[in-house]
Amino acid sequence: MTRLLEIENVSITFGGLKAIDDLNFHVDEGEIVSVIGPNGAGKTTFFNTITGLVTPQIGDIKFEGQSLIGLDPNEITARGLARTFQNVRLFPQMTILENVMVAQHCRTNQRVIGPLFRTAAWKKEEAEIRERAEKVLGFFGHRLVGYRLEQPAFVLSYANRRRLEIARAMATQPKLLLLDEPVAGMNPKESEELTHLIGRLRSEWGFSIVMIEHDMGVVRDVSDRVVVLDHGVTIAQGSYEEVSTNPTVIEAYLGKAAAESEGGGSLDSAAHSGEGAH
Amino acid sequence: MAATTSAKPTGPTPVKNKKKSVFQTNNWVDIFLTVVRLVAIGIIGLGFTLFVIQQATGEGLSSEALRNLIVAGIAQGAMYGLIALGYSMVYGVLGFINFAHGEVFMSGAIAGWIVSDTLFKNGLWESNFIVSLLIVLTVSVFVSTAATILMERIAYRPLRESPRLIPLITSIGVSFFMQNAVLGLIGPSSKNFPALPEWLSKKRGFLGIELEGTKLLVLFVAFVSMAGLWFFVERTKTGKAMRAVAEDKEIAALMGINVDRIIITTFAVGGAMAGVAGVLWGLLFRGVSFLTGFLPGIKAFTAAVIGGVGNLGGSMAGGLILGVAESVGPLLILEPLGIPGVSQLKDVVAFSVLVLVLLFKPSGLFGERLSAEDRA
Amino acid sequence: MTATAANTSDAMASAPGVRSATDVDWRRSANIGGILGITAVFIGLVGMAVGLDKRMLIDPVLSLGYLFVLAIPLIGGWIAAREITLEGMTAPIKGARDIVAGAVAGLVGGAVVAMFLVMLNAWDLQELLPNWSDALLDMYTFGQGVGVGIVLVLVVGLVLGAIGGAVHVIPAKPRRLLSIAVQWVISFAVLEAVIDDLLGGFGLQAVADVIYARRGGLLIIPGLIIGAIAAFVAHRFEGKGAELKTQYMELEPERKNQVSKQGLIIMVVLGIVLPIFLGKIVNELLSNVGLFILLALGLNVVIGRAGILDIGYVAFFAVGSYMMAFLTSPLAPWRESDGILSAVFGWLPVLNWFVALPIVVLTAAIVGVLIGTPVIRMRGDYLAIVTLGFGEIIRLLFLSDWLAPTFGGAQGIRSIPGVNLGFAEINGTDPRAVFYLVAIFVAIAIYVSSQLETSRLGRAWMAIREDESVAEAMGINTVTTKLFAFVVGAILASFSGAIFAAKVGSVFPNSFELLVSIIILVVVIVGGMGNIPGVMMGAVVLIGVLGGPSQPGLLQEFSEFKLLIYGALLVFMMLKKPEGLIPNAARNRELHQEEALQDAWLKGDKPGTTKDEVDDAGPAPSAADIDGSLGLGGATS
Repeated sequence: MTRLLEIENVSITFGGLKAIDDLNFHVDEGEIVSVIGPNGAGKTTFFNTITGLVTPQIGDIKFEGQSLIGLDPNEITARGLARTFQNVRLFPQMTILENVMVAQHCRTNQRVIGPLFRTAAWKKEEAEIRERAEKVLGFFGHRLVGYRLEQPAFVLSYANRRRLEIARAMATQPKLLLLDEPVAGMNPKESEELTHLIGRLRSEWGFSIVMIEHDMGVVRDVSDRVVVLDHGVTIAQGSYEEVSTNPTVIEAYLGKAAAESEGGGSLDSAAHSGEGAH
Repeated sequence: MAATTSAKPTGPTPVKNKKKSVFQTNNWVDIFLTVVRLVAIGIIGLGFTLFVIQQATGEGLSSEALRNLIVAGIAQGAMYGLIALGYSMVYGVLGFINFAHGEVFMSGAIAGWIVSDTLFKNGLWESNFIVSLLIVLTVSVFVSTAATILMERIAYRPLRESPRLIPLITSIGVSFFMQNAVLGLIGPSSKNFPALPEWLSKKRGFLGIELEGTKLLVLFVAFVSMAGLWFFVERTKTGKAMRAVAEDKEIAALMGINVDRIIITTFAVGGAMAGVAGVLWGLLFRGVSFLTGFLPGIKAFTAAVIGGVGNLGGSMAGGLILGVAESVGPLLILEPLGIPGVSQLKDVVAFSVLVLVLLFKPSGLFGERLSAEDRA
Repeated sequence: MTATAANTSDAMASAPGVRSATDVDWRRSANIGGILGITAVFIGLVGMAVGLDKRMLIDPVLSLGYLFVLAIPLIGGWIAAREITLEGMTAPIKGARDIVAGAVAGLVGGAVVAMFLVMLNAWDLQELLPNWSDALLDMYTFGQGVGVGIVLVLVVGLVLGAIGGAVHVIPAKPRRLLSIAVQWVISFAVLEAVIDDLLGGFGLQAVADVIYARRGGLLIIPGLIIGAIAAFVAHRFEGKGAELKTQYMELEPERKNQVSKQGLIIMVVLGIVLPIFLGKIVNELLSNVGLFILLALGLNVVIGRAGILDIGYVAFFAVGSYMMAFLTSPLAPWRESDGILSAVFGWLPVLNWFVALPIVVLTAAIVGVLIGTPVIRMRGDYLAIVTLGFGEIIRLLFLSDWLAPTFGGAQGIRSIPGVNLGFAEINGTDPRAVFYLVAIFVAIAIYVSSQLETSRLGRAWMAIREDESVAEAMGINTVTTKLFAFVVGAILASFSGAIFAAKVGSVFPNSFELLVSIIILVVVIVGGMGNIPGVMMGAVVLIGVLGGPSQPGLLQEFSEFKLLIYGALLVFMMLKKPEGLIPNAARNRELHQEEALQDAWLKGDKPGTTKDEVDDAGPAPSAADIDGSLGLGGATS
């Protein structure tokens, strides 16, 4: 398997506070990796670093062998990385269709001349953008298509917003998809369905996926590999079973005393208590 | 693969990421900006060099004239600084530019004219200047403070949670409205403050420099006001509350601080300083009109940016720097370049300073002090 | 509102008990009354009341000045009696209580004015406040002297306040008819110049003479007739408009397109034919409006679409005008001076307007890039002030002695020829021709902005306006995209500038002050940011009625006060209706469509069908979705 993303010795400090400390991480092509960890473990900073919102002071990030350091977020997206946000950030006043169409910006190139003179190339590109947008939205069943296409995004329910955000990321035609808590705030039925869809994202669309998630059920069901972050440091990685029984991980979630007293406490319950503090 | 607990780095030696220099970037915007910066530095450097050469050959300004310009610049800069405090304080607490602050200053100046004119007609201005000045200052400060409190109450408070540009546009509207309201109230002509009594306005020696009394008075009042403000912000309970609100409104509210009251106080204190500046402006330049607030307002904002918004000492320093720059700049840099009619370009210099400061150091020379949410 | 009133009239019959007339929030009414009084005093002291008194609206009873002053207690009474109806609660029953609330506000307002009148009578402050005059005293006492006047003021305040409050009590239907009648009468009075002109153009001058008084103003009896006709027409065709709209909405998309096209053709034909019948004044007015539509459409791209608050926008208008003057005027100063310019470009002949236009546009685009690049990365509020700075820098440079050999300094550039078409020349002496020229460019501007809006670039602008950092994370290069908006705006403004130069025949630095930028901003905001028809309507109403920075509007008496009104309007819009007065048609359609679909779904919701089944069954939204959409839709809009 070829390495898609490689993070080497990355450190990030915010005014003396180490958010990420000497992190090493990699994703292979076709892999689904989950990143878990208690709140404040630096998971979202980790995503922000990969997508160029935060520049690491030390270390290197390589995507398909080329360094991403110093690139603007839009250039990184153009390289083939796309993300969703923990606190869903859509373009609320734009229609659902527009939300997905605009995400294809870096894959298209018509500017002023095309639309003004209605050139054939422009018409073709617009048609392609729209077709691709509908295809991406169609991935989520009937929820985001049909009459919904022309509705502003703010009318959507919470779960549908999450779906639309994933659709928007898909529309940038990435190789690697970064999902920040994709099922947060969904009911069990919805999250089960989304778990299924995440699997299909790999099998049908060929995306590699890095996912931050609190819901251990989802993590267990989809991930090839789980990486546990705490205080900006990788404390464990491996398969779900390996990680969930790792004493260091349980300690990180529950605290040292609890880990010792409970002995064989499981990560599932630990993660839930972690979420409680959320 | 076992669940490894990686503690220490295993990869190659860490690479330290430096900010990319301009020469490595292929971003044309960066290149363009660098060119602009270089050209600006070049022009300033060239003008200044020529000036030095002219001075050396004895063709330039007399040192007397230069000194007068600097003193005039400092006096004017002190007023910019006083107005800038209002911008800075409001920006520090609410994170928005009160574009209408120049008009608050103008309202103080106009109120000062109305009172001083009345006092002049009564004869008190001549007979007891100190008392008249205190009356004028009190009324002006009252009017400016009232204007700014009304402004906050009517126009800005309902918009506190709206997107940033909405209150900014509102303040542009408030500024426009106030200008034209004053135009309607007192008419378009420029109104003159009564002349200062002879004993005050005559020139006198001060620290070895011959100074006009008026300028001394301006500097003295500005200094006293500034000291008062410093004491208020740094030493009183309200001042501390103000700083707390500037840092984080919600937490401050949780700590039992009445945020609304503190915000009003902030506006009021800024307004009071603008009122003082208005009277000083009238004493120094005598003519005031409904347009008096516009240019000083923008320049004071520039001063606030130079000093770093939210930074009170910086604002005052920024005012002095800008005052001197616009007073000396045209003669120091533009005149040696052979540009005619440089005194007309005074305002161009001030605006250029604004653009250049934001190009070189957007956080001001002395650093910004903003609340957490604005830094983000 | 209408629904509330309808409920009221129904409820009256079986009313569980009408509230007593004294169930009034006295303090609130009195506060509103105080504000009313202060407003009236303010309007008097800035000179509006007396200044506008010169214009007769309805001869001989109502002048514009009195309309303004008397509208204050009316509106105040209406506000004082207004009650907030909470969603899901029964609306409070309207009755005598509302009239009392309005009357109290009116009375308090009257008292404040009365006190002012006493002071006005006692002291003489005219030296300080020019409008502290006998004329004002005379007007506010209705010419009856202070003693009687004060009583009159109190009575008028009381009565008008009560009437304002009573508006809530009148049932919906008569209220609607009355308001339409009043609107029509006032429109006829305000639009006197246009209607007179139009009737004259169609050879119906006699009709105009019957309707309007010789010295201006609508006559009473024709006024009443107009009101009656308007009310009758409104009564007769009630609901027809909405019916037509639903009919149109239900058409097949293809047919819909056809209908819109027909509508467009009718508009174009009207635009071509109507000016022929209009006189000079109205054509002049229309061409001014057109110039501002161009500017407003340009600023709309910058601020409405891309969300960049550019308040130095006038700079591009100035560059367009000056560049056109520079190239086409035979007396341009640079031709006569012996500087570098005349040495290098001396061979350049005096250009024709159309030849010069591409150069002008190119220059504006370059200036757009030069100004845009340094500012585009700044925070929104810094950007606003810096663009203002650039606007002022450009004006001051045009004004300076330094560049006077090139641009003429304060004297500006004169004798700019009109637009030479070969067979005719369009210049300021023929406003009709100017109007046609402007109309063509407005059409181009509409095409350009609507075409760009729906393209890749337009979507990117919108995304940046909504959330810049997310837009960047979604692969949009925010710097170049914003710069494109800046440049498109600059080009549209330069069109306007180029026509302006040819129309006026000379350019001066004073035509390009900051206030031009602010007026364009007001036009865009009143019309509705990002909304092309709205922005155009904004320009028509504001520039047409109030006038531009130096161009008179229909109400020429306003010229002294229009800037005051613009400022107040800007604040009012931001506080009450930041989305603009004219709602965005497209957005409205979407929301209505959604309601219709939900209704359909609710009807089809058979008992026994669980939510989940419905959710999975097809395109119908799940119950959760509907909850979300209602709640959030309400919160966001």
